[in-house]
Amino acid sequence: MPEKLIFEKSVPGRRAVVFPELDVPALDLDSLIPKELQRKEPAKLPEVSENEVVRHFTRLSQMNFGVDTGFYPLGSCTMKYNPKINEETSRLPGFARLHPYQPEDTVQGALQLMYETTVDLSEIAGMDFGTLQPAAGAHGELTGMMIIRAYHQSRGDVKRTKVIVPDSAHGTNPATAALCGFKIVEIKSMPNGEVDVEALRKAVDDETAGLMLTNPNTVGVFDPNIQEIARIVHDAGGLLYYDGANMNAIMGYARPGDMGFDVIHFNLHKTFSTPHGGGGPGACYVGVKDFLVPFLPKPVVQFDEDQNRYYLDYDRPQSIGRVKAFYGNFGVVVKTYTYLRAMGGEGLKRASGNAVLNANYLLSLLKDHYHVAFDRTCMHEFIITPKNLKDTGVRTLDIAKRLLDYGYHPPTIYFPLIVDEAMMIEPTETETKETLDSFAEAMINIAKEARENPELVTGAPRKTIVGRLDEVRAARQPNLRYTE
Amino acid sequence: MNYVPHTEQDQQAMLKSVGKNSIEELYHDIPADLKLKRDLQVSGGLSEIELRRLLKGLADKNQHLDECGSFLGAGAYDHYIPAFIDQLLLRSEFYTAYTPYQPEISQGTLQNIYEYQTMICELTGMDVSNASMYDGASALAEAAVMACEQTRRKEFVISDAVHPEYRETVQTYTESQNLTGKPVAFKDGVTDLEQVKALVNDKTAAVIVQYPNFFGNIEDLKGLAEIAHAQKALLVVAVADPVSLGILESPGALGADIVVGEGQSFGNPVSFGGPHIGFFAAREKYVRRMPGRIVGATVDSNGQRAFVLTLQAREQHIRREKATSNICSNQALNALAVNMALSAIGKQGLQEMARQCLQKAHYAFNRLTALPGVEAAFPGKPFFKEFVIKLPQDPERVNEALFKEKIIPGLPLKRFYPELGNALLVCVTELRTKAEIDLLAERLGGLK
Ligand SMILES: Cc1ncc(COP(=O)(O)O)c(C=O)c1O
Repeated sequence: MPEKLIFEKSVPGRRAVVFPELDVPALDLDSLIPKELQRKEPAKLPEVSENEVVRHFTRLSQMNFGVDTGFYPLGSCTMKYNPKINEETSRLPGFARLHPYQPEDTVQGALQLMYETTVDLSEIAGMDFGTLQPAAGAHGELTGMMIIRAYHQSRGDVKRTKVIVPDSAHGTNPATAALCGFKIVEIKSMPNGEVDVEALRKAVDDETAGLMLTNPNTVGVFDPNIQEIARIVHDAGGLLYYDGANMNAIMGYARPGDMGFDVIHFNLHKTFSTPHGGGGPGACYVGVKDFLVPFLPKPVVQFDEDQNRYYLDYDRPQSIGRVKAFYGNFGVVVKTYTYLRAMGGEGLKRASGNAVLNANYLLSLLKDHYHVAFDRTCMHEFIITPKNLKDTGVRTLDIAKRLLDYGYHPPTIYFPLIVDEAMMIEPTETETKETLDSFAEAMINIAKEARENPELVTGAPRKTIVGRLDEVRAARQPNLRYTE
Repeated sequence: MNYVPHTEQDQQAMLKSVGKNSIEELYHDIPADLKLKRDLQVSGGLSEIELRRLLKGLADKNQHLDECGSFLGAGAYDHYIPAFIDQLLLRSEFYTAYTPYQPEISQGTLQNIYEYQTMICELTGMDVSNASMYDGASALAEAAVMACEQTRRKEFVISDAVHPEYRETVQTYTESQNLTGKPVAFKDGVTDLEQVKALVNDKTAAVIVQYPNFFGNIEDLKGLAEIAHAQKALLVVAVADPVSLGILESPGALGADIVVGEGQSFGNPVSFGGPHIGFFAAREKYVRRMPGRIVGATVDSNGQRAFVLTLQAREQHIRREKATSNICSNQALNALAVNMALSAIGKQGLQEMARQCLQKAHYAFNRLTALPGVEAAFPGKPFFKEFVIKLPQDPERVNEALFKEKIIPGLPLKRFYPELGNALLVCVTELRTKAEIDLLAERLGGLK
């Protein structure tokens, strides 16, 4: 049964929230706000009781699927278990009830937490320092690319207007570079998923501002030529940007900073266990090498050793400026910090190693039943396609929908764009062998169904609360809000 | 803690299936000289018992809003959050989900966004809203970019009475695209319309103001819309304090074309400045240029109503460098809190909430400006729940002195507006009691 909209439950005069009696003398409204500035018609918000509100949202939650509901192998998104202690610590009033403009002396614990998080993430990244101001990965990319732009400009090197992006890149990479005013030069990937080094060599010139790269890349392959790639870009005078969405593969094994990257972001809501919230809030760390520290967004959290005091440093003349108000998604950073302290360096390395083990294990179970896009040892994720099932008429979308009937969240589908009918599978380290076995069994069953009874797959899902949606109608006749 | 479930036997069995002897072997693609040959220097390995102790210790080094009477606002507001909200936000079907790419198992998230979009449209008087932005400042920055794209013009006019950190964010975003923001001064605490008129011409993409503005004063949106529209420029309005829309006329009714803002006031804690939630709304004709996710209603294969991400041809995963924005993850869970709060507060409740803020703020204003040496910075200007006073002393000193008595009187404006001298921005929400306001007045009056 679908759930009515909260507006459809509204009954004039019904109320949930009440406020205390006004405890100051009430002045005449017209004397405070001129009549023409007063609202003529109140916003049509729902009029419902508290019980109804609570049932409504409880019901909506039941129409959702999260990591706590079941296996969620959504490639590139790192849907690992979200530790519950993180939720508890981030809700401590000493964090959640801090105003951003409180005097610095009253928020020393918060600043210390931000400082230590920045230092630890810099250690993991192999960078010198960083910022936690961006609110998500794409926001971090924006910050990082603005830093690259500011760096070139500070040297009067103003003709560097091009950014190189491999065709395997996530859509946010080219979109970000464009938002920063760069022209995008796309280079094709090699059949084995690696950057085409020769194509890169041809693409760079004295207009190259930088290269944006994900490594392990979006097909789950660690690019072994990374040092050569870095050298080509650096020799041409460009900088290297690291999209750290896939950092969950290599923590403690290798560091982007050591590979030659100059700027990097981590999505804290992927690798560092903070929940994704159904589409945010995320949080982001952007790390840089020493020579780029002056360009970080302001303010920067600093520690004054002499005074044993943390502070916000606004005096940064070369800073790119701000990318949002205040200091970042602090509440999410508290969860990251809790996770870092839970894991420690050793635990993080164990997480990565087992994320890679889980991916390779699952791949070993599936490789005889699906086409493997890049048949090699993978990192934390891999791509398969139903190319071998082509004659059945079953497509990736169908398999994804059929997985819903089996009680799984499907993998990421149709990304990256360079693989036809891609299914990108990222199991993460927090899943048991049994879970992976059952998922593989479901996938193998679906391949069998595709051959024996394809309608079972193409007609899926059948067990979900709604069937497949008419997305064309949604886009052609946009209905984006409720009206009576 | 260890969130990896594998036993030694599991690992061995799995490695065998993969055909490797160790996890280390799985990393053979990483060149040997790139491998980290030492341990990461990250302290940890703590149990939950130790984590609780550690985090509590850090939290206790801070002084939070329940421990003092705070009159701080300026874009982050301490409002009432109904008790049920956090309990429902902890339903992990909500918070452990990803972006709703699979609508059949994400109707909870999707319907929430649809309801949220409706509420934002209702509040702002706009036709369409997106699913959320990172915060009010970045929403305003994207609105400036969008207005320039829409009008194919490269300049905009932005009021100095817009939140300084919003202006800085707009500057960062627009500078890299070679868009130019021309600042307009304020006069008597509101945007100087004469100056706007002088600056706006056929190269102007947008006029950007905040409503109520950073000082709490209420801008003449109608007048600004006329000036902007006469040159085919857009009026972009930032609402950092949407509680005000319980009483104030909606920006849409006064001629705004794009309305963005900060939704934190509804259901979200101040949380040291984030996560908050930007909203982004516009007139219908601009919908295909909007940034971010948008949810629409459609039907499923059985013909029943259902919700789905739509108009995705604007977005980075389809359009790549031609996308209207690069935004991907946004602030969905915060939007859920907004929806929950506005559902519970409701139509009458929001008017009541706004009325209480307004009345208490004016009570505080009258008490404070009656103190010797304390003056209204902008006398006679209508304001909502924030106002600026001028003190006879340095407000930083005042803050220090009163903080000893567990009062934060407000935000000294010197850091943003040195020209305003000893100015203090005071914010009064429905949570402040008469007793707290009286105490503030008493202590402030008692200072030498
Ligand atoms: C490779 C890659 N880059 C960037 C992003 C964007 O990150 P966010 O959604 O945090 O903005 C993602 C997330 O989906 C990603 O997978």
